[in-house]
Amino acid sequence: MLHIVNKSPYERNSLTSCLAHARKGAAVLLIEDAVYAATKGNAAEGPVVRAMQELPVYALGPDLEARGLRANVIDGVKVVDYSGFVDLVAEHRMSQSWL
Amino acid sequence: MKIGLLINEGPYNHQAADSAWHFARAALAKGHQIQRVFFYNDGVNNATKLTEPPQDDRNIVNRWSKLAEEHGTDLVVCVAAGLRRGLVEDNLAPGFRISGLGQLVEAGIESDRLVVFGD
Amino acid sequence: MTQVAEEIDREADAEAVVKKFMFVNRKAPHGTIYALEGLEVVLISAAFDQDVSLAFLDDGVYQLLKGQETKALQVKNFSPTYRALEGYDVEKLYVERESLEARGIKEEQLLVPVQVVSAKEMTELMEAQDVIVGF
Repeated sequence: MLHIVNKSPYERNSLTSCLAHARKGAAVLLIEDAVYAATKGNAAEGPVVRAMQELPVYALGPDLEARGLRANVIDGVKVVDYSGFVDLVAEHRMSQSWL
Repeated sequence: MKIGLLINEGPYNHQAADSAWHFARAALAKGHQIQRVFFYNDGVNNATKLTEPPQDDRNIVNRWSKLAEEHGTDLVVCVAAGLRRGLVEDNLAPGFRISGLGQLVEAGIESDRLVVFGD
Repeated sequence: MTQVAEEIDREADAEAVVKKFMFVNRKAPHGTIYALEGLEVVLISAAFDQDVSLAFLDDGVYQLLKGQETKALQVKNFSPTYRALEGYDVEKLYVERESLEARGIKEEQLLVPVQVVSAKEMTELMEAQDVIVGF
């Protein structure tokens, strides 16, 4: 399953909820405001790093760039563009958007 | 692969419509088929022909119309959600059609993947 | 429910394919429209003979609380619709235990019979689906 999260972890509990339902074999993609969770030093770094022990975490490049975050991504979070987003959707049997 | 999209938010207020459009274009560029784009909740507002955003900003409604024109993408506005929000045939932008929620369920059945963009 | 009547007509054209659809509810009722309009999709999906289940977690569990009285707000009280789901052959309602407990809600406070599951069980249920729709 591809889990897609789009809200900042400080605005909504979507990321927390998502990570509680993402198991090995799944992947998490952070888009829109959720990319803030992918930045070094933010409070969500711990949960994101822990999640990466089990599954890959991706962040959408254009969303990082728009928000001035491109240079500050947590090590191990894979940055993808929309083409990579499409590949992730194709690769996983289904997607779930945590809105 | 056949990919269906569900968009639950209107243009500009949320990034959903932008994210979905970029995704759709990337999918088409990779040779996938966008089986349908279904607009629900405030997403129906993506279909208004009365939009007039500032000249220096993107025209989200036109982007969708162009996608339909260039790729034959099926853009469906939910009739009930549209009626609630005043989106009807008279003010529908080119390339969109109004239909029932069944078109969303059908998209889920007929597509290989369904991706939801919302708030 | 005229939309349902329209969609029943389409049944003849509908695929023989049966997919597992899960509708995920994570938002409280009334503060936003997602609970109500989400329910409308569920009712339509019943006309397509798909394998439908509903998941309620996070604030979505509030949608099932007994005793919702909307007269003073002058909005539609759609909570009885959850009781009508059974008549549409939508009987798989999963409610997440952790979400109930965090909100101090007991199962007997819910207006329909449900299956209370842990987050871990919910994860497995989700992974077993073909299509997941959240609002």
